[in-house]
This record gives sequence, structure tokens and C-alpha cells, in this order.
Amino acid sequence: MNPELLKKFEKVSDVVWELPKTFKHGMRVPARIYGNASIMKDMDDTVVEQITNVACLPGIQKHALCMADGHSGYGFPIGGVAAFDPEDGIISPGGIGFDINCGMRLVKTNLTVDQVRPKIKTLVDMLFKMVPSGVGAQGFVKLTNKQMKDVMVSGARWCVENGYGTQEDLERTEENGMLKHADPSKVTQKALGRGINQLGTLGSGNHYLEIQTIRNGEIFDEKIAKKFGLEEGQVCVMVHCGSRGFGHQVGTDYLTTFTPAMKQYGITVKDAELACAPFRSKEGQDYFKAMACAANLAFANRQVILHQVREAFRHVFKDAELEQVYDVAHNVAKLETYAGKELLVHRKGATRCFGPGNKALPKIYRDTGQPVIVGGSMETGSYLLVGTKKAEQETFGSTMHGAGRTMSRTKAKHQVQGEQLLKDMERRGIYVRTSSFSGVAEEAGFAYKDVSEVAATMEQAGISKPVVALRPLGNVK
Amino acid sequence: MSSKKGFRILDNLVMADTAFEATGKDLNELFEHAGLAVESIMAESVKKVITKDVSLEKDTVENLLYAFLSELVYLKDAEQLLFSDIKASASKNSGWALHAHLRGETIHPKMKLGTDVKAITLHQYEVKKGKDGWKATVVVDV
Repeated sequence: MNPELLKKFEKVSDVVWELPKTFKHGMRVPARIYGNASIMKDMDDTVVEQITNVACLPGIQKHALCMADGHSGYGFPIGGVAAFDPEDGIISPGGIGFDINCGMRLVKTNLTVDQVRPKIKTLVDMLFKMVPSGVGAQGFVKLTNKQMKDVMVSGARWCVENGYGTQEDLERTEENGMLKHADPSKVTQKALGRGINQLGTLGSGNHYLEIQTIRNGEIFDEKIAKKFGLEEGQVCVMVHCGSRGFGHQVGTDYLTTFTPAMKQYGITVKDAELACAPFRSKEGQDYFKAMACAANLAFANRQVILHQVREAFRHVFKDAELEQVYDVAHNVAKLETYAGKELLVHRKGATRCFGPGNKALPKIYRDTGQPVIVGGSMETGSYLLVGTKKAEQETFGSTMHGAGRTMSRTKAKHQVQGEQLLKDMERRGIYVRTSSFSGVAEEAGFAYKDVSEVAATMEQAGISKPVVALRPLGNVK
Repeated sequence: MSSKKGFRILDNLVMADTAFEATGKDLNELFEHAGLAVESIMAESVKKVITKDVSLEKDTVENLLYAFLSELVYLKDAEQLLFSDIKASASKNSGWALHAHLRGETIHPKMKLGTDVKAITLHQYEVKKGKDGWKATVVVDV
């Protein structure tokens, strides 16, 4: 960040930086960025422009927030969180992203790293075959139009009812894998056509399926790790993906609808990607219902992927047991209650992060707080965090979602060849199968911030606490 | 011209997505080059074995290009089609109309695939007519 720009911030604490409303004409609330001095120094200036644009949106409450993994995006920055009064505030697809309910699922196994490492290639090859990835990938579940609409309404529940998972999986998924206000009549035929064959597919970009382990000395909260059923040497599986072409088309359709609707409602925004509509308007409600369809499809997508992961593991390890730890969205807008007031919380590259005692959590996590799954780069590793009460008071129950990029995709691709990177990673004990070598180069570890530093920053802020680190053994992307 | 291909990927415009600039001596060429830029992000060396015709109408040239590029993204998922040759014909009547003849192939495992394009964004989106022809700046979500 430009040092002159950084000087304009008021330091709330060592890890919370605030820009007052006077920073930019039209700001309705101050903007806050989470980061230590080094993260702030490295953050791109566009984050500041984008988060202060968000602070100008009608109905925004308290602060426009950007988490420590933040980087520039379109509309909202990635890592952006904003809550709006549903009565006089807006809903914006640019505060959610085209990949509605892009999210993370973490699964624990009864296997150890010593059992899995000798068979990692067989396992990854099997997963690569059973969980399609890459451009235009199609899944094995063939849906009729009617079934596709059932998935839009019931999400992961549809999958469990059709043999792709367990009741326990649903209990351990945000919203039990089903947003209740979904209405397929608000979705275009085009969106349906784009997504109908994609259930159970990863997509590309930063999406992946990773086999991971917990190294000795990398459990940071023994008590909570035990409650989550996690121990050193254990093998876990992490899945990062979203609503595929279906959600992307819902986003595209409503961006096109909202741009002219803004004129009708007299709303002006500082970035075309912040196109929005009043939440209570017809356009706003239609999008909210269509967005829920896409969110449900994403929950279903990760549920079908888990089914395939279980099948693949049992092909290689007859007695493998895979139990879901949690599934959580990081691109979504939801109605949640804070300090007795219902608000529409937008999270774009930010994870819900409820603290202990929150009634939205399943009983097994009611005392610990919510598991927060954070995907790092495929080279360095990921984290499981737990939410805090302070997050509910300060960040509308939100925290980081990943490491956060520090280098553009094209720059990363110029610095390393995909084939070479895979060879280097294999030498370091990480076996990767991919449908695109250039896509892998874009995801090299050096293109990301240090996920440990980002997680430590959010801990210092009291928003989320690291429970375990998860190190990669094999990756499908 | 920004390059022989009529488009170039912009290295530093965006962090997590992909941006390109496309040019054309006329509007038809701009549509062709911008379309090929989107296709080039998703795959290399696509053969020309199937054809597809696309017709669109929009109120402005910006909206027409946005709709056309979004249609290419749609066809990649809904019909599993990628293209390497585009002949476009854009015209202005009461609004703007486009007819495009596309040649390409169905996605198959042996293709040299790149990155899946999720959507065309309006972030820094610009379509401009200058002295030397047309230019568009487009950021795609990947």
C-alpha cells in the first residue's frame, strides 16, 4: 500500500485500521481493514478504493469491513464483509461474487499419514477420475429439469435423500445445507442449462480437493481439536468449490437486471460491479431467492463430491471411514441477527464465524464455537479455526477465508511452468493431478500471502482462533 | 492493433481474475477478437469441427459485447463448446444487433485446457471507439 494512503488510517489496534467517513465523499460508515503492519504494507491500494466504495452503499451498518486475507476483486474486495438494514438497504451481487456459495468442506478420516502416504498416487489418481475438474467438467449425477429444481430448493438434503451422504453430513453443514427461501421460478432457463450436468464437479481456478494431514506440533488448541475429533498424524480431506456454471449464470443474469433497476430506484454506485437493488424491491427479493437456489446447488455439489471422495477412499482403503467436520460458505448474503436487529450480511471471500453458544450451530459445536475452514495455497497448507463471540460483536460474525493473493495470475504464470511446479511439489511430498498445467502455475504458493500470518492476525484481533494446521499430501485441481 | 491476435492479456490490472484488451479496425473485428480472447483463456489449439450461430440484440454496443462474451461462457458449460474462429457482423438499427458464426469443437479430455471462465464482469469494463478503430477492456472472473 502506498505509504501516504496508509497514513490516512486511524489505528484502532495493532491489527485493526480504520478510515473515517471523511476519507471519501459519500461514505455512510467508516471502513475497517484487518491486518498487521506487514499485511497492510503489502495490501494493494485497490482494496482501499473498493472497501470505501462499499461504505457508500445505502443502508450499510456500522463499518465496511475487509479481513486480513483481503485483496482487490470486482465490486467488493475479496475478504469484504458488509451488513445492510433490510428495510432501507440494498442487496448486491458484487458483494457475493459470481460463484455463489463458493465454500469449503473439511472431512476427517480414520487413516494416518503413514497409511496414506505410500498409496497417495493411487488415491489422488482415483479422486482425479471420480471428481471431475477443469473447464466445462460434467458430473456423474444426471438430473432431469424437475430434479434440478428439487436440488435448487433442497440443496444437500436432496443428495442425502438420494443416497449421496448422511444425516450427520447435513447437521455439520452451514444452514444444514439448505437455504429455505430458494425459489426456482426466479432462475432463468439459461442458468438451469449451464448447471444441470455439473453436480459433483470442482471447476478450476483456485478450486481443489486436497488430501491433508495434521503434523506433530501443529495442533494449537488441544481441547477444541479433541472435540472436533482431530489428532496429530490424522489424514483429512478439504474441498473448495462452489455453485459452478449455475451460480455464475445467476450472478450474470441479475447483474444485467440490477444495472437498469438502479436508475429506477435512484441509486448511484461508484463501481459498475456494485450494481444493487433495494433488498425489499422486487428485483432485490428475486435475486435473494435465486441466490439461495445457487447456494443450495453449491451445498449439493460439495455433498456429491464428498460421496465420491468416500467411494474413492474405500476403493483404496477398504475400512476407510470419512466423517464431515464442517461445510461453510464464503460467498453469500444472509439474514442474521446482531444486537437484536436483523441485518443482511454480505460476505465475499469471508467466512461465517459464530462463537460458542450460538443457536445456529449444531449441538456438537455449540460449546466450542463454529469450525472455520480456511484454504491456503496448495503448496503451503490450510487451517481450521474456530469462531468467537467477539466476531459476532465486531465483524458481523465473519473472518478470513483463505491466504489471499499477493500476485496476479498472469504474473505467477510468467514465473513458473506448471509442469515444473508439479515436479518440485512431488519431490516435497505433494502429489498433484490437474486438468490444466497453466492453471496450476497460477496457483503457486508464492502468489499468496503467508496463511499463518493472516490466521495469527485474525487471532490477535480476537475474531477467530487457530485450532490445527492442515498440510497437503495430494491435490486434485 | 494491440497484438497479432487482436487481443492481449493485461498483467497488472487485476489480482485474482484475468483481464484483457481487445482491438478491432471495426466493430465486427472487435467482437471477433474479444470473443477469441475469452476462448483463449479457457483452451489452446481448439479445432474447427463444429459450427454454431449466435444472434443477439441489445440497446447499446457495450451491452451487446457483454451479452456476446457471456454467451460464449454459457455455451462452454451448457453445450460443452469452445471456439477458435469467429465471424461477427454487428449493426445498428433502433438498438444494436449481432450475428456471429462460430467454429470450434466439443470439450474432450485430450484438449489443452486453461482456466474456466465463470463470468464476464463489469469491473473496469470499457468499449471505446477511437481514431484507429475500436478497443475494449474486459475483466473476466476465473
